[in-house]
Amino acid sequence: MNALLVDRLQFAFTVTFHYLFPQLTMGLAPLIVVLKTLAIRTGDERYNQSARFWAKIFGINFAIGVVTGIPMEFQFGTNWAHFSRFAGGVIGQTLAMEGVFAFFLESAFLGLFLFGEKRLSKWGHWTTALLVALGSWISGFFIVATDAWMQHPVGYFTAQDGSVQLQSFWDLVLNQWAWWQYAHNMSGAMITGSFAVAALGAFYLLSRKHEEHGRIFVRTGVVAGIIFSCLQLFPTGDFQGRQIAASQPPTLAGMEGLFHTEKGAPLVILGQPDPVQQKLDNPLQVPRMLSFLTYRWWKAEVKGLDAFPRDQWPDNIPLLYYSYHIMVGLGTIFIAIMLLSALLLWRQKLMQARWMLWILMVSFPLPYIANTAGWITAEVGRQPWIVYGLMRTAQGFSPMVSAGNGWFTMIGFMGMYTLLSLLFLFLVSREIDRGPEYDIERPAAPLVAGAAGRR
Amino acid sequence: METLWFIIVAVMVTAYVLLDGFDIGAGIVQLLLGRTADERRLIIKTIGPVWDGNEVWLLAAGGTLYFAFPLLYASSFSGFYLPLIMVLWLLMLRGVGIEFRTHLESPLWRHFFDVIFSISSLLLAIFFGAALGNVIRGVPMNGSGYFFEPLWTNFRVQPQAGILDWYTVMAGVVALFALASHGALYVATKTEGTLNLHARQMASHAWWGLLVLTPLSLIATIYVRPQMLANYKAFPLGYVIPLLVFGSLALMAVFRARGEDRKAFMSSCAYIAGMLVGAAYGIYPYVLPASTDPSYSLTIYNTAAGQHGLRVGLVWWVPGMALAFAYFQYLYRQFRGKVRLDEGGGGSTEY
Repeated sequence: MNALLVDRLQFAFTVTFHYLFPQLTMGLAPLIVVLKTLAIRTGDERYNQSARFWAKIFGINFAIGVVTGIPMEFQFGTNWAHFSRFAGGVIGQTLAMEGVFAFFLESAFLGLFLFGEKRLSKWGHWTTALLVALGSWISGFFIVATDAWMQHPVGYFTAQDGSVQLQSFWDLVLNQWAWWQYAHNMSGAMITGSFAVAALGAFYLLSRKHEEHGRIFVRTGVVAGIIFSCLQLFPTGDFQGRQIAASQPPTLAGMEGLFHTEKGAPLVILGQPDPVQQKLDNPLQVPRMLSFLTYRWWKAEVKGLDAFPRDQWPDNIPLLYYSYHIMVGLGTIFIAIMLLSALLLWRQKLMQARWMLWILMVSFPLPYIANTAGWITAEVGRQPWIVYGLMRTAQGFSPMVSAGNGWFTMIGFMGMYTLLSLLFLFLVSREIDRGPEYDIERPAAPLVAGAAGRR
Repeated sequence: METLWFIIVAVMVTAYVLLDGFDIGAGIVQLLLGRTADERRLIIKTIGPVWDGNEVWLLAAGGTLYFAFPLLYASSFSGFYLPLIMVLWLLMLRGVGIEFRTHLESPLWRHFFDVIFSISSLLLAIFFGAALGNVIRGVPMNGSGYFFEPLWTNFRVQPQAGILDWYTVMAGVVALFALASHGALYVATKTEGTLNLHARQMASHAWWGLLVLTPLSLIATIYVRPQMLANYKAFPLGYVIPLLVFGSLALMAVFRARGEDRKAFMSSCAYIAGMLVGAAYGIYPYVLPASTDPSYSLTIYNTAAGQHGLRVGLVWWVPGMALAFAYFQYLYRQFRGKVRLDEGGGGSTEY
């Protein structure tokens, strides 16, 4: 196996694992702010306990998100040296800004948020929660802006040595692609957060433990869930799709499994693409829908893969097709689940509807799958380019790092991440088991003799 | 403009070493210093709320390096491939060690994570020292600005050297002693009673090591890379820096003996900063010298990003860092004073 493939596998593996954690922290942080706001405005202590409980889950997630995030920045240099040399003059801007504007903010206030509740006033502590949430969202923006530049490069010029350099800072940060992708991504993270909160609430209600907190969780999760499940489809998903149609037409064709250019192209719901025969097996499709969704006109022509030379095709059509369809299929299911739950909540029947609580409880892994599938769609869809239209992935890797050394680190990451996963599952299930009332039930921490007097 | 960004990156790296250095140092001495579970917990409490913020300086410095000198980032990160990925693993283990030790009250669990935390801190210090040693010694660069170093060859300083040779190992040991002393002095500033006394003793042991190693390392550096003296000869003002190093080394001992922990810690900061600034002063305008053909060396000029990008960067970097400075000011003020076992915030996961 060659070094390029190992570099790609390692990046794919480490980034996929990494993003399991930030999607929950970014989705949870605003919900914690909401819970803390409710606590202050209603004076109801249960909201505070709920916020504290989710802050613990947030803390565990955040720690793993941080330690698995550092390898991402490092790998740009270690495994993708040619790419960094080529594009560092442009995307170095957004990556460095993430460090300066987001990481400092997050890390400085995280400690105060997690451990400083007694030191701060209630609004002071509320502010730390808000700043941590803001930091995680700013961080998300700069990363998405970096990826968006790789998807849709703007604001650059090609220097004499062949590298690209910044021409317009504002074009880079106001890249239209970045803003739609960011909206779609953050809404996706909110869905993960909402489903997690609702699912745990449903679990507590179904197992008749911590039921008062369970009701708060379900209500918070469903209200946020219905909002963001809808936003995920429209406008964010819709505009994202039309951007791909405009700037990466071979990608759109691959996502939709459209091998041949068609007027009035159908929207494929199910079916298996066969890249060799260039056809779709067992198709189940809505006639003319793709044309309408893409160009708002039933008879519009949509370019199929046959309209592009082979060397422009995404290099893994089935993976692209399936990840896109899994994302869209799950997105549709989220809207259905949340609509039904919201309806029952409005009629005040949700907390008694055990079947619905069951659905909410077991569906918590689905947003993780959908978010992951969405990112696979974006990244596999960009292939064969590492910077769309400017640099091929095969030109971007480190020339001096051999496949053997790549495997060494890849296996190391796999081992390390297996241990992290076990640790994570163990600690989170422990917190879930302890429940949101743990701190009140627990006796005060033992004091050490002589340490009682404070200066 | 390139020189300005060289200074900025150097300042950020120095800030990283000073800040994360004391929590790495606290990790190095934790097992030796903390004789009881309570003492070990106290040591963790001295750095608990701040270590993550300190480590961010590494990321911010790395990001700034990537932005200002893309080729240097690409070349050095792929060339130091194996040790850098190992640094990543150590950073992970260290983060896990400190963050997850408190989640269970079992003594076995805590002891296990203390050991993980301490060993990974110790190895990190050696790796960082060896990394600086590699930069000073030079790397087997090829004509296109890339290289790849194996972990070791035969431990001699030669053009086709490995990451580890006698010089870089020595640099690693210097870093280990410097950070151990730095960490012990920091723990002393934040604790009282016996732990405070033991921390001072520990710093004193490390100090004797530094007293021997510091002149040795200077001599070895000049022997390995005589060109390091070029800037000093051209601009003799630079000789102030080694004076600062030895002066602060002496002050460290004086203040420690007088029991003025904060001043001793500040002297340690000055000592470490002096060592790093001295190295940067000597190496400028090179950033990664080639041990093969000197003309392959990377300098600030052949690795820098475009002029417009560098100018734009200055516009956001200055307010961004001013904000970061304000956060840190606030954070350290909130957690000022000595740590005790009975205080902390809400929640069962406090350090």
